[in-house]
Amino acid sequence: MGILEVQNVNKSFGGLKALQNVNLDIEEGTIHAIIGPNGAGKSTLLNCFVGKLVPDTGTVMFDGKSLLGIKPHEINQTGVSRVFQTPEIFSELTVAENVLIPCFAKRDGAFTLNALSRVTGEVDVREKAEQMLIDVSMEDKKDMLASSLSRGDKRRLEMAMCLSQDPKLLLLDEPTAGMARADTNNTIELLAQIQERRHITMAVIEHDMHVVFSLAQKISVLAQGTVIAEDLPENIKGHPKVQEAYLGGAH
Amino acid sequence: MKHLSKTDKSTFILVAILALLAPFILNPFPEGSAMAQFNAGYPDLMQRFAIFGILAIGFNILFGLTGYLSFGHAAFLGVGSYSAVWMFKLLSMNIVPAIILSVIVAGVFSLLIGFICLRRSGIYFSILTLMFAQMSYSLAYSVLTPLTNGETGLQVYNDDPQYLMGPNSSEVTNLFGLEMRSTFTLDVGPWAFQFNLGYYVCALFLLLAFYIAIRIFRSPFGLMLRAIKTNQTRLNYTGLNSRPYTLAAFVISGMYAGLAGGLMASMDPLAGAERMYWTASGEIVLMTILGGVGTLLGPVLGAGFIKYFENIFSKINDTVLHTWFSILPDGLENAIVWVLHFFVGKGWHLTLGLLFMMIVIFLPGGLMEGGQKIMNKIRGKKKNDKDGGAKAAATPAE
Amino acid sequence: MDAIFLQILNGLDKGSAYALIALGLTLIFGTLGVVNFAHGALFMIGSFCAVTLSKILTLSTVTLDPTKTDFLGNPLKVKTPYVVEWFGESTGNAMIDWSVPLAILFAIPVMLLLGWVMERGLIKHFYKRPHADQILVTFGLAIVIQEIVKATYGANPIPTPAPDQFVGSYNVGALIGLDASYPYWRMIYFGFSVTIIAAVFSFLKFTTFGMVVRAGMADRETVGMLGINIDKRFTIMFGVAAAVAGLAGVMYTPINSPNYHQGMDFLVLSFVVVVVGGMGSLPGAVLAGFLLGTLESFASMNEVKGFFEALYLPSIDQIIIYLVAIIILLTRPRGLLGRAGVMEE
Repeated sequence: MGILEVQNVNKSFGGLKALQNVNLDIEEGTIHAIIGPNGAGKSTLLNCFVGKLVPDTGTVMFDGKSLLGIKPHEINQTGVSRVFQTPEIFSELTVAENVLIPCFAKRDGAFTLNALSRVTGEVDVREKAEQMLIDVSMEDKKDMLASSLSRGDKRRLEMAMCLSQDPKLLLLDEPTAGMARADTNNTIELLAQIQERRHITMAVIEHDMHVVFSLAQKISVLAQGTVIAEDLPENIKGHPKVQEAYLGGAH
Repeated sequence: MKHLSKTDKSTFILVAILALLAPFILNPFPEGSAMAQFNAGYPDLMQRFAIFGILAIGFNILFGLTGYLSFGHAAFLGVGSYSAVWMFKLLSMNIVPAIILSVIVAGVFSLLIGFICLRRSGIYFSILTLMFAQMSYSLAYSVLTPLTNGETGLQVYNDDPQYLMGPNSSEVTNLFGLEMRSTFTLDVGPWAFQFNLGYYVCALFLLLAFYIAIRIFRSPFGLMLRAIKTNQTRLNYTGLNSRPYTLAAFVISGMYAGLAGGLMASMDPLAGAERMYWTASGEIVLMTILGGVGTLLGPVLGAGFIKYFENIFSKINDTVLHTWFSILPDGLENAIVWVLHFFVGKGWHLTLGLLFMMIVIFLPGGLMEGGQKIMNKIRGKKKNDKDGGAKAAATPAE
Repeated sequence: MDAIFLQILNGLDKGSAYALIALGLTLIFGTLGVVNFAHGALFMIGSFCAVTLSKILTLSTVTLDPTKTDFLGNPLKVKTPYVVEWFGESTGNAMIDWSVPLAILFAIPVMLLLGWVMERGLIKHFYKRPHADQILVTFGLAIVIQEIVKATYGANPIPTPAPDQFVGSYNVGALIGLDASYPYWRMIYFGFSVTIIAAVFSFLKFTTFGMVVRAGMADRETVGMLGINIDKRFTIMFGVAAAVAGLAGVMYTPINSPNYHQGMDFLVLSFVVVVVGGMGSLPGAVLAGFLLGTLESFASMNEVKGFFEALYLPSIDQIIIYLVAIIILLTRPRGLLGRAGVMEE
């Protein structure tokens, strides 16, 4: 029994079948990579987990509860956080404020009319946010505007925001896309550390095979909207269907 | 006060001092001098400064923090005024029940309108609020005439019930017997400083409104509102429901407008539909933008600026212009007067419109940004611009 | 039946004005994505084009007529308009009489130019700024235009009559066996609006230019990538939208004497029309314009008012449009003919 169970999910846009009978089982405490060629439906699948899209048919169960038909903020409150492909951060706020917001969300829920206390007076939340910034080694940038960060730092900040909610499941959409090799390695290290220390379950969409094979404990391969293989990394490498999907598709 | 940070405390104290000493500060020119017409230290105008200050502070809580541009705030102002006048008609001329009711009614009204309008965002939200405001105007102007007295406007008549009116009760608006119009004039040499009770009531409410606004700006709630402005998607994916946050901001800012409307009626017990016309909402937007949207002081500054110049500019007519430029040769004098004539007196709105466009185009941060830029330039020269780059990033909303 | 028929007719002329203004608003929103708060001001400028032309045509020379004297015994001053002097009595007087229709010719270049200047000079710089800024700057512009007109023409409405032949009314009802007489000019206004609307639609539908514009409205980037200069075409469409609003204003002058605030008055209602019709939908704007115009005139019928009175309800003719708009927005946010996704975010 996994923490996230996806059964027979179908989704089409007009005539295009983006997802066909997708089944996925993510075990608690593991890093599960979802790979596949462009247009295989990876991001669509992720969107179905967080309430951005609703599948036509099928079920998505998280921790025994269905995620279908509930709003993004409710899904997040059940413990699912998502890092986007292009960083979604509060660019007009400072780095520290960016991390404070998820900490408040974790403590106070989806809405609290906390209008007369001071942010600076909320010691527990502030300490948590500061610790988080130290964990991702961004404490020296805490007063900078998020919009002035480098791309890599923005992504790191977004990860910090998600992690500060102590999610049960972290969804990462190409966490290293567009990064230099050094930054990529840093990110791999960071994710590995998080996994080791906090045992957060992660689902990672990734193109970079170096990242996938450094991190993943299990890999699902998606091609043309269906899961063609789900196995341990060492078995995926030589899997004939996977080779066909990648190489056959290219030729 | 212990809830404010050091900078906020000094800002608040500065505003408090300015507000309390306004009768002196706004009256710098001696009576009878040529400059006396630029004085603003008389009760009526000072009351307007405070009232529109409250209105702009409230509007800024919505627009400045969340970025939701409402074009319908005058509706809440009008509703507040009508409620207050009804209290005068039904109970007595005491302003306390009037103000309480105006805040409550405006709050309920904004809850209703906000609930519908906030289903949309961006330009759609602006258009929806505009529609509601204009509908409220029509309601007040004609449809609900029994409640609003239509075109004539609502006022207090002798045959009104006024159930709480005793035989000795004051016939004008008062605070437990202290009349709003009572004014103490202090003559110092050629100066005449006027201390009006009505103004001080408005000023105290302004300070209260300002204090609450600071607290909201610095609170977790305020942080969420600013987060909505910069990235609502992220907020929702961070487990926060943006709708109740925007609705709360909308209602709070509606209550501010209701308070302003109640005060307006308390100073002058009249309420008319023209206060609710959509261009009146536009004026609130103007004040806030002109002063500096999203800043604490900006809206107050903008409200004061507009109300002051509206008053001064509309006094300047051609005769005044001719006396100013009388030293110039006749032809030149006439030419200058002819040009200026379009911008002063009744032409004040043209000046305001142009000024507003200039601000939106060149200085979106309003007067506050302008002031900051000038300050930075002065400081930059002293510091030789060493840390210009590092500082640029840290400009939190002041 | 007579009354109902008459109300339908009455709704048409106001509906025509709504439809024309809303059509222009939608053209601008659909092409450039800008909500133009100055669009009412363009409608108002159109009206004042008619006023200006009639003033120009009645510019007169003053001559003394020695054969007649006024009551003080001085020779009588006779004003002769220049046009009468130049073109002769009958042509000159006819030109003055026909100043409103003639103003169409005058208004088209003026409005096109004004639209072009507005877009290139101001609005262009706001495409990359937040939507709120676009609203604010056009709102500022609307104030400025309104105040300039007020300073130039004064605050009072200026009556500008239709040509003499079209003063009075005609019993249109007789055509279908009813009794309902209806002013000539309102009929002409309706016919004129239909013509303009048809012209705009055929321009968009049947010309290459129009096809490119429509393609650009649907997918700006792709059209841009095809190497077509879509921006230039959109600028022209802004001018067209301005001209449509202006013409609506020119022809409206005999129905409603031009005043400086008519732009602001019509603007909000036009937004309602646009929203009800469906943001960005041209047919929607036209449909909703006529629909709401008619609805408004029905609500002002005495029978309807009496019905509400009987129920101890206030008469709702002043707010019917808003009520309908709210109901539509709550039940069908995209409006009558709006595309899916519009207004639903």
